Amino acid sequence: MNPVAILALVRNDLRIHFSDRRGVLINIAAAIFIAGFMGFLFGGSGKTKEMGRIPVVITIEDDSDVARAIGAALAADKMLDAKTATAGEARELVRKGKAQAGLILPQGFGEAAAGAFFRGRDKPQIELFYDPSQSIVVSVVEGLLTQYVMQEVSKAMFGGPLGGKVVTDSLADLRKSADADTPAGKELTALLESVEKLNARARADAGAKPAAGGIQGGLSVPYTVHSEALTSGTGARYNGYAHSFAGMSVQFILFNGIEAGVLLLLLRERGLWARLRTAPIARADLLVARALATTVIGLFMLGAVYLVAMVAFGVRIEGSVAGFAGIAIAFCILNACFGLLLAALGRTPAATRGLAVMVTLILVMIGGAWVPAFIFPPWLQQLSLFAPTRWAVDGLDAVTWRGLGFDAAIGPIVVLLGSALVCGVVALWRFRWQS
Amino acid sequence: MLRVENLVKRYGDRVAVDGVSFAVGKGQTIGLLGPNGAGKTTTLAMITGLTPPDGGNVSVGGRSLAADPEGVKRGIGLVPQDVALYEETTARANLQLFGALYGMQGAPLARAIADALALVGLADRAGDKVASFSGGMKRRLNIAGALLHDPELILLDEPTVGVDPQSRNAIFDNLAELRRRGKTLVYTTHYMEEAERLCDRIVVMDHGRIMADDTLPGLLARAPAPNRLAVDIAGPPPDALVARLRGLPGVHGVVVDGERLVLDVDDLLAITPQVLQTVSAAGLAVRGFASERANLESVFLTLTGRSLRDE
Repeated sequence: MNPVAILALVRNDLRIHFSDRRGVLINIAAAIFIAGFMGFLFGGSGKTKEMGRIPVVITIEDDSDVARAIGAALAADKMLDAKTATAGEARELVRKGKAQAGLILPQGFGEAAAGAFFRGRDKPQIELFYDPSQSIVVSVVEGLLTQYVMQEVSKAMFGGPLGGKVVTDSLADLRKSADADTPAGKELTALLESVEKLNARARADAGAKPAAGGIQGGLSVPYTVHSEALTSGTGARYNGYAHSFAGMSVQFILFNGIEAGVLLLLLRERGLWARLRTAPIARADLLVARALATTVIGLFMLGAVYLVAMVAFGVRIEGSVAGFAGIAIAFCILNACFGLLLAALGRTPAATRGLAVMVTLILVMIGGAWVPAFIFPPWLQQLSLFAPTRWAVDGLDAVTWRGLGFDAAIGPIVVLLGSALVCGVVALWRFRWQS
Repeated sequence: MLRVENLVKRYGDRVAVDGVSFAVGKGQTIGLLGPNGAGKTTTLAMITGLTPPDGGNVSVGGRSLAADPEGVKRGIGLVPQDVALYEETTARANLQLFGALYGMQGAPLARAIADALALVGLADRAGDKVASFSGGMKRRLNIAGALLHDPELILLDEPTVGVDPQSRNAIFDNLAELRRRGKTLVYTTHYMEEAERLCDRIVVMDHGRIMADDTLPGLLARAPAPNRLAVDIAGPPPDALVARLRGLPGVHGVVVDGERLVLDVDDLLAITPQVLQTVSAAGLAVRGFASERANLESVFLTLTGRSLRDE
């Protein structure tokens, strides 16, 4: 080990890197720009609570009070941006992407729904159609539809004129049917008779205000939810930029690692390689110096990107600062060894660059740098644990917006340094020293 | 100072260097002369440890390269064929790095840099980026990069390739100064003029082998005749004319090069009129003629049957 030579080589690499100031700035600016854009898409700094409403179009072909009430409830829901239209117009709007989903309450829906309420027969059909590129909204619209249909139909059943008629008709049907003498039929008859009495009393008490939340208000969701985003502490808002800056830092530092590897390949093709190799320094010294310079450049880049993230986008290291530093250093060492590995295994600079960019993008993608890993299918989530990028992104997430302590950084640091060791050993083993 | 014994290098079936042996005394300048592909650069690469030989030994200052590679490297300065400089940084920064590779730092390194830049005439450009240098200046800085650790043996691999005549002369001046300082130089070139001008001894190489190893007078003595006469004629010479010329007394050989006849002759004054008359008698007009003393080109042609400039 020749520390004088290694330091001189590191200093030289840094001097060359920073001599292209425009390139350095553009590299950092690109990471910030993309991270800012993705962070904005994934919730921004959390300062505004307003969420995007789902544009839906509703067609009400039924003239019943139930159908109108369901339409009104859907229109009033804060998750939906509902418009009404004819069936043809509704389909056209969804087909053109102007609305993400549409639904049609058919003629006779109110009466048929009420009739099917107790007997489960002759259910009316609601047509729900959606933009296939936005299929995730279907479950949201179905859920809201279920809630409002049950609420309005049950309200009509208990107290409304439609409810009285439906209960009377249902009782008549039941008494005529073969089920009337079965135990279940008898139980249902008793239930309907009770409802009939309840409705009769309600009509007698016309003018009296029903108890809030009572059955005459229709069925309602029997619970309330208090939702809280668990971040670094009570009252601390989730900052979507924290994740996107972690992801983009990882991506662009890896791109820098690729360049370091490709530059080493280019160097081998030049006379400089001969001059370096004729000097009385160990081969490993040359690679260690290159790795150190790449690590320093990576740390500089990460520091610059996070500085802007903190100043302009409100990202904070809410957890362990030491953990953040540890993950940053470990990842930058891994990145340097990754660059050496590329130089060791690559043949020509152009081919190596192309292949390395592809591999890096895959690592970054499955590492959750673009979109959080939790949206992956389970098998991919498991697979992504083999990608060091996943550990880097998760680790940076942990010590920034999750606000976790140093213990949460230990796992990522160990995995990143272990991966660096593997890359470094293979690079030393496979590196071709001949020009 | 340098002893090379039976060096061999093969690349697959091709033998790039085939049993090369020579020795260079301290303070001598030796030229490795040969066309491209003769094995000169591969020989230098094996001497510097860049390429492991398939056979043979190299020793520098009594130290074996195989036994003490680091010690041998400390005594060698290599001027690579390619310009081996970082263009993005200054001349001084380049030399600081090259010196540090040999463990130099601080004041000794600063002095060595100043000396090297002064020697190659670039002291006033120390702070300028190499990218702003002309080709000749880069070549001179390329030489300076090999001098910082004050090596006894300096290997120069075609250091004048692609430079203008003025820069070439400047480089020759630099090398002359190194010779005056007692450095041992090994200089590869395919320019016979450079070998003639600079070298105490010349090793002629072709196809990986040494064809001759002698002083310039010794090599010239191997030429078929002391003079060469070139005659340009109007049209290709008939075989009968060539045969008649070869039969003239004092003519030792005739080579046809298109519409030019090249003759190796003893006495120019005596033979030139006879040659011109013979050509005229064959019905061919003489467009011009020129003479020169025998040189390494004619020696190389005699030794190998081909020109130094053949690829």
